[in-house]
Amino acid sequence: MSMFDGFKFRSVNSSVHKMDPRAKFIYVCVMFAVAVMFSQIIPLLVLLIIQMPLVFAARVQKEWLRSMKGAAGFAIIIFLMNVFSLYFYGNYESLSAIVERSFALTLRFMVLIESFSVFFLTTSPDLLGLALEQSRVPYELCFAFTTAVRFVPVLAEEAQTIMDAQKARGLELEGGSFIKKIRNYIPILIPLIVNAIRRSLELAETMESRAWGATQNRTNLYVLRMGRKDFLLMLFSFAMLVVSVYVSLNVQIPNIIYLLNI
Amino acid sequence: MIRIQDVFFSYPNGVEALKGVSLEIQDGEFLAIMGQNGAGKTTLVKHINGLLKPTKGTVTVDEADTTKVSVATLAKKVGFVFQNPDHQLFSETVEEEISFALRNFGFSESAIKERVNWALNLLDLAEYRKVSPFMLSGGERKRVALASVLAWDPKIVILDEPTIGQDSQQKERLRQFILQLNHLGKTVIIVTHDVEFVAECKPQVVLMSQGKVIAQGSAEKVLTNLEVVTQASVVLPQISQLFANLKDIGFPTEVIDVNEATDILLGRLGDSR
Amino acid sequence: MPIIETKNLTYTYPIGTKPAFEDVTIKIDKGEFVVLTGPSGCGKTTLCRCFNGLIPHFYSGKLEGEIYVSNLKVVNHPIHELAQHVGMVFQNPENQLFALSVEKDVAFGLENLGISREKMRERVDWALKITGIYGLKDRAPYELSGGQQQRVAIASVLAMQPEIIVLDEPTSFLDPVGAQNIFEVINRLNKDLGITIILVEHRLDLTSKYASRVMIMDKGRIILDGPPKEILNSEEARLIGVGIPKVTRLYQILKNKGLNLNEIPLSAEEATKGLLEVLRI
Repeated sequence: MSMFDGFKFRSVNSSVHKMDPRAKFIYVCVMFAVAVMFSQIIPLLVLLIIQMPLVFAARVQKEWLRSMKGAAGFAIIIFLMNVFSLYFYGNYESLSAIVERSFALTLRFMVLIESFSVFFLTTSPDLLGLALEQSRVPYELCFAFTTAVRFVPVLAEEAQTIMDAQKARGLELEGGSFIKKIRNYIPILIPLIVNAIRRSLELAETMESRAWGATQNRTNLYVLRMGRKDFLLMLFSFAMLVVSVYVSLNVQIPNIIYLLNI
Repeated sequence: MIRIQDVFFSYPNGVEALKGVSLEIQDGEFLAIMGQNGAGKTTLVKHINGLLKPTKGTVTVDEADTTKVSVATLAKKVGFVFQNPDHQLFSETVEEEISFALRNFGFSESAIKERVNWALNLLDLAEYRKVSPFMLSGGERKRVALASVLAWDPKIVILDEPTIGQDSQQKERLRQFILQLNHLGKTVIIVTHDVEFVAECKPQVVLMSQGKVIAQGSAEKVLTNLEVVTQASVVLPQISQLFANLKDIGFPTEVIDVNEATDILLGRLGDSR
Repeated sequence: MPIIETKNLTYTYPIGTKPAFEDVTIKIDKGEFVVLTGPSGCGKTTLCRCFNGLIPHFYSGKLEGEIYVSNLKVVNHPIHELAQHVGMVFQNPENQLFALSVEKDVAFGLENLGISREKMRERVDWALKITGIYGLKDRAPYELSGGQQQRVAIASVLAMQPEIIVLDEPTSFLDPVGAQNIFEVINRLNKDLGITIILVEHRLDLTSKYASRVMIMDKGRIILDGPPKEILNSEEARLIGVGIPKVTRLYQILKNKGLNLNEIPLSAEEATKGLLEVLRI
């Protein structure tokens, strides 16, 4: 649960939150591309650190830390898997080289998690839906997207209540064979599905009552306009891409073990 | 006996729902836990059947610490009827729905048969035995949910917001049913913010606000105390509002019932005549 | 000219064997505050679904008789057109909010209608202010209490500037204080803006004092219809088992025992006034 909290939108009044999701999306794409471009510790560490000002500007340090902590478990697994596979299947001359390479790949994972976390923490699904809308995605799809996001916490809470209600009637969810475990979930799944259907019917009734489909030319309370900050972010992303391509083609990046003379 | 001692509880998201609640509920007591939504009422009663465990403090049911026994073990003693019947109904027939818990608790087939019959009759559902619970009306579904809990004859029965969405006839039936259960010697605990319903049932009342118990006592005492009732964001029952207004001309204030009100008013009028 | 008029209206759901309501003939004038009540399953919700065209456009089934709302023949006009005249607020606040912020939700209907952004902003702010939730406009729905959510739902239909607002048990999930706030908001819409209100409710002790008219349904028919005091004091109302206010019941018992108050009370205040009058003789 705590890991997902690190990706759940948090409403804060910050300049990062106000940025255009499209600009932020370009930034995330660039981050992704650049992170994949390198497999050495130094550039990836730079990438990890370079994003931090954004986290602080958005004032989501706590949630961001949570996502990093949540990812740490995976990071360790990735690290061990890499060490293991490089040791047996790679042809590295020393163990320290293997460790360094594995560490770098783990770092890459962290960089990706960091940029995704920043994106989702600071981009309200409302604005994301709007960005989709303004990118000519059909409105029905955008609406389905924001409504789904809106009802995730509601459904999670409902599932918990149903579980409690059945546990109060003596249902034991833990233990038993695999088949028994699946059977145990039937008393939870059926009410969940029945309620979801009932809920969707009520939602449809409400939508109809609010003039759904009245006109083809639907308007929107908000409009996304790229501002100076958005252009700056895109410029920064673009610059980073160019520099990275240049560096990866022309600069020999030293290894840490080489620097430390191990 | 249920003993709740200095219980604190925080949800994983950090919300502190209970802040030091202590309460003793005797066997055979009829208790209403009242307060506004979010006061911690449901959180508190979920501690009694072990669905929630205190962050600090202890809850014991008949001397058994709820942290040391499973929910299933506690549930046998503590029946919990949830607010919305649709959160528990899943079977193909009403009969199967009622036998679900009995099977979980390992009753024999013959005992199951007997108890299902008993519960069906108790709640006037015999004609729906083979009907799908999903085909029934809201009020009937509520009764099926109630029957499915009472079937195993728990000695403590907790009802979470039983009057929500019920019309006044259904409420009256529910009132009589609850009194009947209590008469059979069961401990009955209702969680509600329906003041008029409580004024008619006249149980012991525990008033909660912001995770704390702010008053307890008889319904007449608690529901006529404007100060605590306001603090809990509940309202006075209509009759007690009336008597609060008449206080200045020498009327008693602890009146919540229409019949009692009639007697007092007529008595007073007899005096003045 | 009545704002809602039905003649011998009868409706049967597609899966129903008998009508959900039958032979309903009513006239409701502009500016009325109607409380519609009756036992569960009596057909009140179904009747309300006709007022904005959910029946017959969203629910199929068999609709007989005639119904006009704001001079529009309901059968001939789509829901989105009727929605601009009749706002609907439902029981469960949770399932009436789609967006992730309050103001976006309030704007939903206006967006569907294609209203320009400037005008939309104006109307959204207006609706938020009238319902007293302007301060919550940037909040997410799950951060709100049930009462606040229900006020958002009211603001959302209000923003479309309907002449009629129909509310189907809007407070059944709310606590007493939350419910009272909702009733006060509804009352303001009626008294200050002249919006016609149809409120479906069981809690007559809290609502009848605002009403100009009470209608009671039973088994699919409207059986009582008139001024609140008269209806709630009637023997029929008591026998059907609608929850008449406790002070009205007190009045009846006192009257039977020979103590007659000058007026039928619906609220504690009215009862106090009446009692003080007789006690001081």
